[in-house]
Order: sequence, then structure tokens, then C-alpha cells
Amino acid sequence: MDAEVAKSHVFEQARESLDVLVSRRKHKERAIELLLLGAAVTSIAITAGIVGVLAYESSLFFTQVSLFDFLTDRQWTPLFAEPHYGILPLISGTLVTTWVALLVAVPAGSLIAVYLSEYAPHSVREMVKPALELLSAVPTVVYGYFALLFVTPALQHIWPDLPGFNMLSAGLVIGIMIVPYVSSVSEDAMRAVPIHLREGAYALGSTRMQTALRVVFPSALSGIAAAYVLGVSRAIGETMVVAIAAGMQPTLTWNPLEPAATMTAYIVQVSLGDLPHGSIGYQTIFATGLTLLLMTLIFNIGGHVLRKRYRQIY
Amino acid sequence: MSSENAIGRSIELDTKRSRLWRRKGADLLFAAAALAAMLAALIVLLALLGQLLFDGAGRLTWQFVTSFPSRFPEQAGIISAWMGTLLVMFLTALTAVPLGLGAAIYLEEYAPSNRLTDVIEINIANLAGVPSIVYGLMALGLLVYEFRLGQSFLTAGLTLAMLILPMVIIASREAIRAVPPQIREAAYALGATKWQTVKDHVLPYSMGGILTGLILALSRAVGETAPLITVGALSFIAFLPHPPIQSDPPFISFQWLFDPFTVMPIQMFNWVSRPQEAFHVNAAAAGLVLLGMTLLMNAAAIVIRNRFRKRVHW
Repeated sequence: MDAEVAKSHVFEQARESLDVLVSRRKHKERAIELLLLGAAVTSIAITAGIVGVLAYESSLFFTQVSLFDFLTDRQWTPLFAEPHYGILPLISGTLVTTWVALLVAVPAGSLIAVYLSEYAPHSVREMVKPALELLSAVPTVVYGYFALLFVTPALQHIWPDLPGFNMLSAGLVIGIMIVPYVSSVSEDAMRAVPIHLREGAYALGSTRMQTALRVVFPSALSGIAAAYVLGVSRAIGETMVVAIAAGMQPTLTWNPLEPAATMTAYIVQVSLGDLPHGSIGYQTIFATGLTLLLMTLIFNIGGHVLRKRYRQIY
Repeated sequence: MSSENAIGRSIELDTKRSRLWRRKGADLLFAAAALAAMLAALIVLLALLGQLLFDGAGRLTWQFVTSFPSRFPEQAGIISAWMGTLLVMFLTALTAVPLGLGAAIYLEEYAPSNRLTDVIEINIANLAGVPSIVYGLMALGLLVYEFRLGQSFLTAGLTLAMLILPMVIIASREAIRAVPPQIREAAYALGATKWQTVKDHVLPYSMGGILTGLILALSRAVGETAPLITVGALSFIAFLPHPPIQSDPPFISFQWLFDPFTVMPIQMFNWVSRPQEAFHVNAAAAGLVLLGMTLLMNAAAIVIRNRFRKRVHW
């Protein structure tokens, strides 16, 4: 009898210690989950920080400069004795360099993607893809050096009166830089096109080119469009190449052979100086940054919409 | 009559044949164009490397690596820049790894499918598209002025950590997702808790992919210039930060966290934007060092990816 009691007692004790262990484990698990959730939520805090800071400093800016002036004034001279706060020159500079970059990156990136996905043997693809990725791994300041001291002098052989700072060479170099973004996303999209679509085309006597351009490319269009949009937003946000090679003079021009400042180059230029915190000059870089963020956001949303609208379901 | 028919048929055959040849010719031309685009991209990469080597290799001496910047181009060196890069990278990794990995684990293993999860996911995708200079503006407003961290190593490390966080999260999630569910089920079947399963099974198996993504993200951070210019990197630092290890108690000093900083790309940017050609030579030499760092990191990432890909067979 005593033995029975003792046994059940031991049993009870073991159970209790197990309960303690399990509940301790539960608490630990819960704490870990909360920590991990915290890490995930940090990304939201970062976004809130970005939007909050840009909106706050810009709101201070817009109490002194009307939004109408900001959007319509044709001069951007915030640090002059007689300041003008028209964002248009910075926007034109940004759009021109982006446009030049896309003229390089879209055809080259698409051709490379078609080649890699439809023509290249496996071994070539395995070798070329990492090499292309190196193009996007090169630090942008090195690209700036290349644009200013290699591409511009080379272009000056063709146009002798091309200024030392110009949007053309900056745009060309950005274009080369974003080729891998365009080509690798497009290639993934084209490789996702099911093989039987190609086989159908070949069975009807199409050549590889006809299959690639009339069957595979249209079927992958949503993914390819997303690749282009990614390229656009990279080009808009690119900073060091334009700050080094395109000049820092805000000029309202659509001619890529001229020097001009982009939004990003202006922010760099001001940051290099010593502007007092809280001055209107300090606030202009946030207003510029907000404009930049809104532009990339518009393109990103556009890409999302395109992707949804043209999504193919096989 | 019948011979006319035969002639007609042979003409018809000829036109068909020539059409076929034209189609094949077009196909060939297209392939050549695509190949040319790919080669052009690779040639640009080579030209960039060649230009840097040609301009800067001669300047890359021991004296250059161990000297402080100077107003005399022949005496200038990069010791403060590469030390700065190492320290900033250390802080970046120290911040981005726990946050990024934690967020990835949460999203892949824990997250319920609710609105908060959706918000986090969309938010991370959007953050990945935000131009890097915008991160710099946020860090300037928030870290430098609001949290009063100053224009310091700490600010620089945190800024870059926030910048690469989306990349780290996205890469880690992909690596974690690649671990088949059977592994988890087996662990659960033996009574492991969720965290034990993650820690002892999922993480070790996905370590290859996580490391690859992390190294690539860090190599991107090494080359980042723009966001560090906005938070106030100095390009002329003729002293080293406070040593982190002291001979007196308490032996470890955190003073260096608040020292002014510079990094390799900023040193290079400073030199390339000067008019004197002698400084451009320094810029090229610094560019070679910088490029060497990124290429090494990329090579390491490729090696790790291949090694883990070979070892794991599900």
C-alpha cells in the first residue's frame, strides 16, 4: 500500500516537473515567436520612417513654397540669393537620363534574354549569367568614373563639342548597368512559358525567331513588362553615375547632349555642402526626395497593374 | 500543257524555297544580333576593368593602402577609407542579419495568413524598390537629427542595414522555402517544438542560400555611396577611429561608434570629382580596390551556392 502511494507520489512529481518543463517550453516558444514578429515588423517601421520623415520635412517646405510654384516654376535655384523652387529642371534631367538608359537596356536586355532562354546551350547560359550579374555588382561610383573618364571622351571623338558633363554618357552607362536587371527577370519569364507552346509553333514550321518573337515573347509579356518597370525605377533612382558624369547644374532641357542635374544628383550636391538643419535649403532635399519616391512608386504600381492585367494562365 | 504545269510547279517551289531561306536567314541574323548584344555587354565590362587597371594599377602600392588622404595626390592613400568600410560593414551585418533572418523565419514558418502578414509582405516588396538615396534622407532626418546619433559609424551602419534588409529577407525566405516540409514533419513527429525544428533542421539546411543572399547584399552595401553622402560621410579623414579594444579596463570601448566616418566609394567619389588628373589616378586605384572587394564577395557567394547545391539532394 505504502509502495503504491510512494509510486503514485513519484509519478505525480514527475508529471508536475514535466508540466513545468512543458509550460516553460511554451513560454520560450512564445517569446521567440514574438521576437521574430518584431523583426518582421521592423520593415514596416522603416517604411513609416521613410514616409514620415519625407512628409514632415516636405510639409515644412510647402509652408514656404506653394505647390503650384514647385510644379510650374521653370527654374531650380534654391541656394541663390533670389531663390526659385521649380522642380521641373530636376525632373527633366531625371527623365532624359532614364530615357537614354532605357534605350540601351530594353533592347539589349530583351535580346539577351531571348538568346539565353531560346538559343543558348546550357553551358553558355551557366557561364554568361554570372558574368552579366557582375554588371549589376559593380559599385555605381565605379560606373561614374567610367562614364566621366572613358565614355564621355569616347563620345567626344564623335561629337567634338560634347561638354565634359552630359546626360548622354551618364544615361548610356546607367543603361548598361541595368541590363542584367532587365535580362534576368525577362529570361525567367520566358523560361516559364510552357514547352508545348513552343512545340506547337515548331510543328507548324516556325523558325526559332518566329517562335521566340511571336509565341514566347507575347506569352511572357507580363513578366517582361515587370522587368522593364524594374529597370525604369532603378534608372530613376540611380545617383552616383549622374552626380559624377551628368553635372550638377539644374537646367530645363530635353537634349541629352547637354549637362543637367537629376533629382538624385541635386540631393548629393546639397548633402556635400554644409546646410544648417531646419533651413529651407535642407528641406528642399526632402521635397526632392519625396518627388523621387512618388515617381518610383508610380512606376512600381504601374508594373504591378501591368503584371496583373497581362498575366497568362496556362 | 503538262510541261507548262511542271514549270509552274517548279517556280512555285522556287519561291517557297527562297521564302524558307529568307526565314532561315532572318533567324540567323536575329541570333547574331542577340549574341552581339550579349557580347557588347560583356565587352563593356571588360573595358571598364581595363580602364581601371590601365589608369590605377600603377598607383596601387603599399604606401597607397597605408596612407591617409592628403591634398597632395602622390601622398594620398586609403587607409581611413578601407578601415571605415570594414567597420561600417561589420555594423551593417550585425544589424541586418538578426533582423533579416528573424523576419524571414517569421514569414515562412510562423506567420498566420492575416492582414498583418499581407501588409508586411507587400511592404518588403515595396521597400526593395525604394531608391537608395531615399534611405539616406530618412537616416539623415531620423538617425542623425531625431535620434542624435550624429554623422557617425553607427548611423552609417544602420543606414546600410536598413537598405539591404529587404534583400536579406527575400533571399533568406527563398532559402527557407526550399527546405521540403517532410523535414519539418519528421521533427514534429519526434516531439520537437517549432523553434527546435527551425533551429536544428530548417536553418542548417537553408544556410547555403541564406549565406549567399547575405554576401550578395553586403557586397551591394560595400559599393553604396549615395545614402552615406546624405548622412554626412566626410571624404577627408586623416585619423583612425577610436580603437574598439583598449589596454585599460573595461577593455572594450564603444567610442568609435560615434566617430566621423568615411568609406571606400566616398573616397573614390571625392577623388573623381576633383579637376586635377593626378587625383583621377587615385580614384582609379581606389576603384580597383573597391571592385576587388565586390568581386571577391560575389565569387564567394557563387562558390557557396554551388557547394551547397551539390551537397543537398532531397
